[in-house]
Amino acid sequence: MSTLNKTVKRIHPKKFALWMGIVGMIMFFSAFTSAYIVRKASANWYNFPLPNEFFYSTIAILGSSLAFYLSKKAYLRADAKTFKGLYFLGFLLGFAFIGLQYAGWESLQAVGIDLVANQSSSFLYLITAAHVLHVMGGVVALVVLAVGLIRGRFDVPTPKRTLKIDLTFTYWHFVDILWLYLLVFFLIQQ
Amino acid sequence: MADINITEKELHAPQGGDGHGHGHDDHHHGDKYQSSFIDRYLFSMDHKTIAKQFLITGMFWAVIGAAMSVIFRLQLGFPDADLSWLQPLLGGWIDVDPASGKGTLSPDFYYALVTMHGTIIVFFVLTAGLSGTFSNLLIPLQIGARDMASPLMNMLSYWFFFLAGVIMFISLFLNTGPFSGGWVAYPPLSALPQASDGSKAGMTLWLLALVFFVVSTLLGGINYISTILNMRTKGMTMFRMPLTIWAFLLTAVLGLLSFPVVTSGFFMLMMDRMLGTSFFLDEIYVAGEALTDRVGGNAILYQHLFWFLGHPEVYIIVLPAMGLVSEVLSVHARKPIFGYKAMVFSILGIGVLSFLVWAHHMYVSGLNPFISNIFVLFTLIIAVPSAVKVFNWIATVWGGNMRYNSASLFSIGFVSLFISGGLTGIFLGNATIDMQQHDTYFVVAHFHTVMGVAAFFGMFSGIYHWFPTMFGRYMNETLGQIHYWGTLITAYAVFGPMHYQGMAGIPRRYYSFDTFQAFNQFDTMNQVITIAAIIAFFLQILFIINFFYSIYRGRKQTEQNPWGGTTLEWTVPINPGHGNWDGPIPEVHRWPYDISRYEDREFVMQNEPLAEGEVDGGH
Repeated sequence: MSTLNKTVKRIHPKKFALWMGIVGMIMFFSAFTSAYIVRKASANWYNFPLPNEFFYSTIAILGSSLAFYLSKKAYLRADAKTFKGLYFLGFLLGFAFIGLQYAGWESLQAVGIDLVANQSSSFLYLITAAHVLHVMGGVVALVVLAVGLIRGRFDVPTPKRTLKIDLTFTYWHFVDILWLYLLVFFLIQQ
Repeated sequence: MADINITEKELHAPQGGDGHGHGHDDHHHGDKYQSSFIDRYLFSMDHKTIAKQFLITGMFWAVIGAAMSVIFRLQLGFPDADLSWLQPLLGGWIDVDPASGKGTLSPDFYYALVTMHGTIIVFFVLTAGLSGTFSNLLIPLQIGARDMASPLMNMLSYWFFFLAGVIMFISLFLNTGPFSGGWVAYPPLSALPQASDGSKAGMTLWLLALVFFVVSTLLGGINYISTILNMRTKGMTMFRMPLTIWAFLLTAVLGLLSFPVVTSGFFMLMMDRMLGTSFFLDEIYVAGEALTDRVGGNAILYQHLFWFLGHPEVYIIVLPAMGLVSEVLSVHARKPIFGYKAMVFSILGIGVLSFLVWAHHMYVSGLNPFISNIFVLFTLIIAVPSAVKVFNWIATVWGGNMRYNSASLFSIGFVSLFISGGLTGIFLGNATIDMQQHDTYFVVAHFHTVMGVAAFFGMFSGIYHWFPTMFGRYMNETLGQIHYWGTLITAYAVFGPMHYQGMAGIPRRYYSFDTFQAFNQFDTMNQVITIAAIIAFFLQILFIINFFYSIYRGRKQTEQNPWGGTTLEWTVPINPGHGNWDGPIPEVHRWPYDISRYEDREFVMQNEPLAEGEVDGGH
């Protein structure tokens, strides 16, 4: 009996698992960016400026993270209306990010910098596309949460609901920070 | 989803973590989700069932992988033999001469066999089959948890592995054959479908299978880490964990840090294959024709990405075996493990160093000699924690009251093989010697001994030892000992002579040596190796017969703790249900190796409180 009553308060296993997953994703993108550095050190590497859309998309994803951050505060106050409003703002900005990344690829294509133009463009498409795929994973989680939200399941905070929100937002903030890292990386490498 | 949440909550409530509901569920109420055959045996979320699924799937693949080696060994040992009798099995891969009716193995298929043998044994058997089986079986049982942190993820881990297996299996039946460019899948051979038959659809399926395999490994590994770090029962401090758990923890950490890196390489390879990029391609000629649009890439880059996984991978394979062996040796020598903390720090040391040695696989790739020096240094340093472990195993057995049974014999065999194979690693770790030995049978002999056969021995040891935990019965001991002695002798008979072949310069992966007069002197040796390999194969069939026979007809387990073990898996009832303990989860009060440490008691289990004034043995 005593075993069961005296439990040590630890991080929730699911949250911990998410952090472990994030560690794996960091290794995944570290491998890409290391390969980029190694390849760039050899000859035949064309530099080109990043499309402007990538900067707009940065603003979009930063905005979405901020909106989610504030929406969680509203959720904890049990302010369902503000929570929902900010949540859907973040949600839309998340979609805007994906759209703007796509627009960025289009404008690169338009000036002849396509996937196979040079190693530098291959890497840019590869890394940004891999990132967008990870963002899409976040969008799936956002949609699942949004369905519950519309049905009014998150109006009053409970530990289980908070966990769901935490897991989703933590991942979203991660893909946001990941994009910032990648953007700074590309800028430094130019 | 709602249903699953309820199960998970039930299983986890005693552990805490949900932030509510502690203490109301101190008795296990059975599992609502094992009501039908499908829930119980197919899509089970019970870690013990998933362990058995990993084990039996691993055995299936082991038979296929080993059978492949027997077929290519026939070619190497008896290149002139008539193999037309294999035609019903291999069909078009046996070229039959219409005049004489003599069948020979197609060279293309020989390469496919070698490639698939490596891929299957390394990934499907010794990674999924070994770590997947025993991490699943032992982590919850030994740390005192009702199940994994996420049973759902655990189930998915198995089914992604299964999916990877199905895809790889399909690739065996392609018209153009499975991938045949070596298990490391170096470009350009792997990047250009036109490069060879095996590089066509076979390689596409190979990549697809391995990506799903990585997903499986990550799902499993994340679960193992979060279970070990978050769900240990009260009193189970890190330094009270059995060495098996330490080994599984580091195995999972290595997988988590290295598998994503190779996956990035796989994605680049896929793009080179399908989308026309040239990440790994530069100045390639295929059949005399220059590929002028594929320039600027670097094939060596793939090797770096591959071996950044590839080297930790050998520790992913051997660490679980080391953990199992530590536990089995201690229990059957009736002695505490020698140097528990040294063992833990060796595991940690091996874990860290395993990430700093990968380029020792690439000494002949044109690596800068100064960079080689650094990798030589770390490679030789990794011999230190390995040697510490070997010393401690020997010191554990030394002066022990050894029970010689199948489990302990296989553990002793593991130590023997690990020493034999490890010593040649010191040669190969030196760049200067490796220049000579690289791509010869010396390398084949080295890694098969140190992490191929040795890891199998660790796995067998674990299966014989924990068979009662899995099935409530024992395996047949006589057959087990025949299996042990036969496998030990044949393993040395196969891989011992290969060292000499390698030193004489015989290159690995060659289909035939008839144009090399100098190697004719090894014809008899090759025949001996092949015969030994065939005997070894049938000994494993004997093991499999013993395994399945014992599941249904083996001697029944009557004692809860037949080996006198001290760890928590011996406190569960025979044939435990989902949730493991009928009553509350036991508390832990001491380290896991209190064997023969007391005058009046042969052993004391981990859940027994310390006597007044007594100091925990591990500290």
